[in-house]
Amino acid sequence: MTISKEQVQHLAKLARIEITDSEVRILASQLSDILEHFEALEDVDTKDIAPTAHPAPLRNIMRTDEVEDSLSKEDVLQLAPETEDGLIRVRAVLE
Amino acid sequence: MVTTLDQFETVIGLEVHVQLITNSKMFCSCSADYSGAEPNTHVCPVCLGLPGVLPVINEEAIRLIVAIGLSLNCKVSDFSKFDRKNYLYPDLMKGYQVSQFDLPICENGWQDLEIDEGLFRCGITRVHMEEDTARLLHRKNAGGSYSLVDINRSGVPLVEIVSEPDMRSPEQARAYLISLRQLLRMIGASNANMEEGNFRCDANISLRPFGETELGTKVEIKNMNSFRSVYDALCFEQVRQAKALIEGENIVQETRGWNQEKGITISQRVKEEANDYRYFPEPDLPPLTLSNDFVENIRSEIPELPSAKKQRFVSLGLNEFEAGTLSEDRSRANYFDNLVESLEGKSERAPKLAANWMLGEVARWDNEHVGKELSEFPIKADSLAELIVLTEEGVITNAVAKQVFEKMLSDGLGAKQIVEKDGLAQLGEEAGDELVAIVRSVINDNDKALADYLAGKSSALKFLLGQVMRQTKGRADHALVQSLLEAELEALE
Repeated sequence: MTISKEQVQHLAKLARIEITDSEVRILASQLSDILEHFEALEDVDTKDIAPTAHPAPLRNIMRTDEVEDSLSKEDVLQLAPETEDGLIRVRAVLE
Repeated sequence: MVTTLDQFETVIGLEVHVQLITNSKMFCSCSADYSGAEPNTHVCPVCLGLPGVLPVINEEAIRLIVAIGLSLNCKVSDFSKFDRKNYLYPDLMKGYQVSQFDLPICENGWQDLEIDEGLFRCGITRVHMEEDTARLLHRKNAGGSYSLVDINRSGVPLVEIVSEPDMRSPEQARAYLISLRQLLRMIGASNANMEEGNFRCDANISLRPFGETELGTKVEIKNMNSFRSVYDALCFEQVRQAKALIEGENIVQETRGWNQEKGITISQRVKEEANDYRYFPEPDLPPLTLSNDFVENIRSEIPELPSAKKQRFVSLGLNEFEAGTLSEDRSRANYFDNLVESLEGKSERAPKLAANWMLGEVARWDNEHVGKELSEFPIKADSLAELIVLTEEGVITNAVAKQVFEKMLSDGLGAKQIVEKDGLAQLGEEAGDELVAIVRSVINDNDKALADYLAGKSSALKFLLGQVMRQTKGRADHALVQSLLEAELEALE
């Protein structure tokens, strides 16, 4: 199975990553190689095996509904490139 | 343009998102109470989506979604998992929302609804668990537009309830939402307030010619922030689609936003990539295999639901209206139940008497105290029962009972105390002489009414009766006064 250049461009768009045409070519070929490796799995007969939802044999890991301290507002805001009135400023999402 | 609708059947399905009432967020221990909190103060590395953190499922949220599922007659899955729904938007800290894709916690339920045309059943496709997003504020200044992010809401437990496309009119959609809200509040799962944003609704609507079994092209409507706007948007949209179909146009499958001021839906620019969510199992959260015990334990704690309550009230002898009004609010229903219990064995008409008071004097207090619940009503159910019994036993008249009720409210005294203290006991047979004297003086003092009566005007009798009741401050036995009056007047004829 191969990954087309269009698929690479589509993925780049979804991930908001800008890539050049030569990068598209390289990535398409590399991703195709990776998929090819995984094709080896198709030799395994999985007819009677339920899809695996999680590799670890853990189930029902839950916590009680209790509130603990959050980060300080200063610690949160310093992670953002731009802030205003205690809020994080981002580019317009509504025109 | 109503006539255009005659040719088409409207098909509506609703997606409702509700915030659960929990102390902490869905996958971390930050407070979930973001309303009124200072922005960006309920934030930790987990809900911020920092690398290397480990989210852990809030058990209370799972209990609540199971309660919702059971109340909607769903099957609770014995195996479910969480998935990542990937998309990039500034309200999403991690670049994905933790949701459920193919194995939701609850599936295949239904909700019975009562509308004017009768009972109808709306199927529930699924009820799944996810997390809320951050809150965005949109700003504009001289430099242009920008947005501000408050992360407090990010990670608050959110349940999505998806209905089958079973509704055939905006009225049915509204009935569904009202009953869903009532149910969510009754089981204490959500405040379910659309205006506050903890109950959100998107609607899918399509039209098809009557008799057609295939669904028409559907349009999704967003941006509705009240039951009224859902109803209005659906009414508008079914006419818009009908007109387009009659004109021979194709309906475009799209998302349209409801514009409240203009009262129309407007096509929203749909990004082609928008629906490529690339779901995959959430590796940080092990699956849930909820045991039968876990589920049954929750089922046993679910309070009686409004529809069941209503049925029970009808079986007590109330009519549809009484049963409906008393069952729709939890604290009202509880008060009624307590009242009936306090009256048990004291009157055979206990439920009916209790309902009369609930829908009369008590409802009046309720209406005058907006925002208060009946659990805060100053007269306790057993005190009100005492008053009702005094009336039933004929100790006081109905008119006096209302005065006593007011006194109980203002002075906080018991009914018996007030009746004794103020001498309000009914004037009956034993006070016959006293009443005859009052009746005679009333007749003497009202020449005109007497003349009217003698001239054959029956309304004059009512007037005289009212005067006697007034003189006795409503204490006189109504029927007794009437017979005394008639006897006295007859003697004059």
